[in-house]
Amino acid sequence: MINIIWVVLFVLGMVYAAFNGTIDAVNRAIFKSASEAVAICIGLVSVLIFWLGLMKIAEKSGLLNKLSSLFKPIMQRIFPEVPPTHPAMGYILSNTIANLFGLGNAATPMGIKAMEQLKKLNGGSDKPSRSMITLLALNTSGMTLIPTTVIGIRMQYKSASPTDIVGPTLIATLCTTLAAILIDRFFYYQRKKRGRK
Amino acid sequence: MGLVTALSVWMVPVLIGVILVYGTLKKVPAYESFVEGGKEGFSLAVSIMPFLVGMLTAVGVFRASGAMDALIDFIRPLLTYIGMPAEVVPLALLRPISGTGALGLMSDLLSEYGPDSFIGHLASVMQGSMDTTFYVVTVYFGAVGIHKIGDALKVGLLADLVGVISSVVIVTLIFS
Repeated sequence: MINIIWVVLFVLGMVYAAFNGTIDAVNRAIFKSASEAVAICIGLVSVLIFWLGLMKIAEKSGLLNKLSSLFKPIMQRIFPEVPPTHPAMGYILSNTIANLFGLGNAATPMGIKAMEQLKKLNGGSDKPSRSMITLLALNTSGMTLIPTTVIGIRMQYKSASPTDIVGPTLIATLCTTLAAILIDRFFYYQRKKRGRK
Repeated sequence: MGLVTALSVWMVPVLIGVILVYGTLKKVPAYESFVEGGKEGFSLAVSIMPFLVGMLTAVGVFRASGAMDALIDFIRPLLTYIGMPAEVVPLALLRPISGTGALGLMSDLLSEYGPDSFIGHLASVMQGSMDTTFYVVTVYFGAVGIHKIGDALKVGLLADLVGVISSVVIVTLIFS
């Protein structure tokens, strides 16, 4: 899908330019955008090194594990079909905490491990169980405490206050996550009403 | 509103403080661990580079040709009365499909309208509060061999819609 969108952006732009005499601007945009993208990434190096460095301390000190035990009671309510001591619960918690701290690279393997365990719980069926859909809902709602990449890019464009979006983003993320959980519940009860699991 | 501003200002320093103090109390060599973890930062930034170059050039061509403005003018009448700027619609549509693609579009919006403009704030909040639904569904279910996705995609996309709406409402309340 992203392949088609990408090509369509180029082709539509070029066709539009041909009819509107903006082809010079298009030529300039190609090279300006490419070098701008590289500059942004270089600018992100500082933020990412700092954040990942801090996260290493949080991980080694056991702070992340500590937080997952705080989240456990909430998660048990969100995933009523997963036994609290099952390994699936552990992976679900690690996945959630990694997402919360913006560690996308660590979150994905944990999420996949959680899915494997949930599949076992579901008797190896190739249909998604209730808990699997809930885990996806949580992961697609983008919960983050601090959107580090966004802050980094705002710095690149000389924002007067790059972090002023942290509070609003947190509130928006909470709304989205809450909505994801409620919508997930709604569909679950719909399925139950129709008599299939 | 003052509370949200305070949250924005204090969140990062407080979190850093908590991590450093907790680590030291647990006898973790803080500075050495920081350096060790930080090494991954450079390669992570470099690994985003090709995605961002690809997406920013495509968006740059689309915008420079005038097609972006034509598209925005076309959808504007539908959105003005709910208070959502048409400029962020492409971002809202791309966000569930491609994370780095959306990052490219967000950068483009920040450079075009300024990071501290209403559109700049809205684009930043939208980018930070939604996730790549299609990617998550494909990767997570694909990895364990689930071929029927059930209600998962519907739930994810509806949650994204809530994300767009709540971003608009919250940014309007706080920044305008």
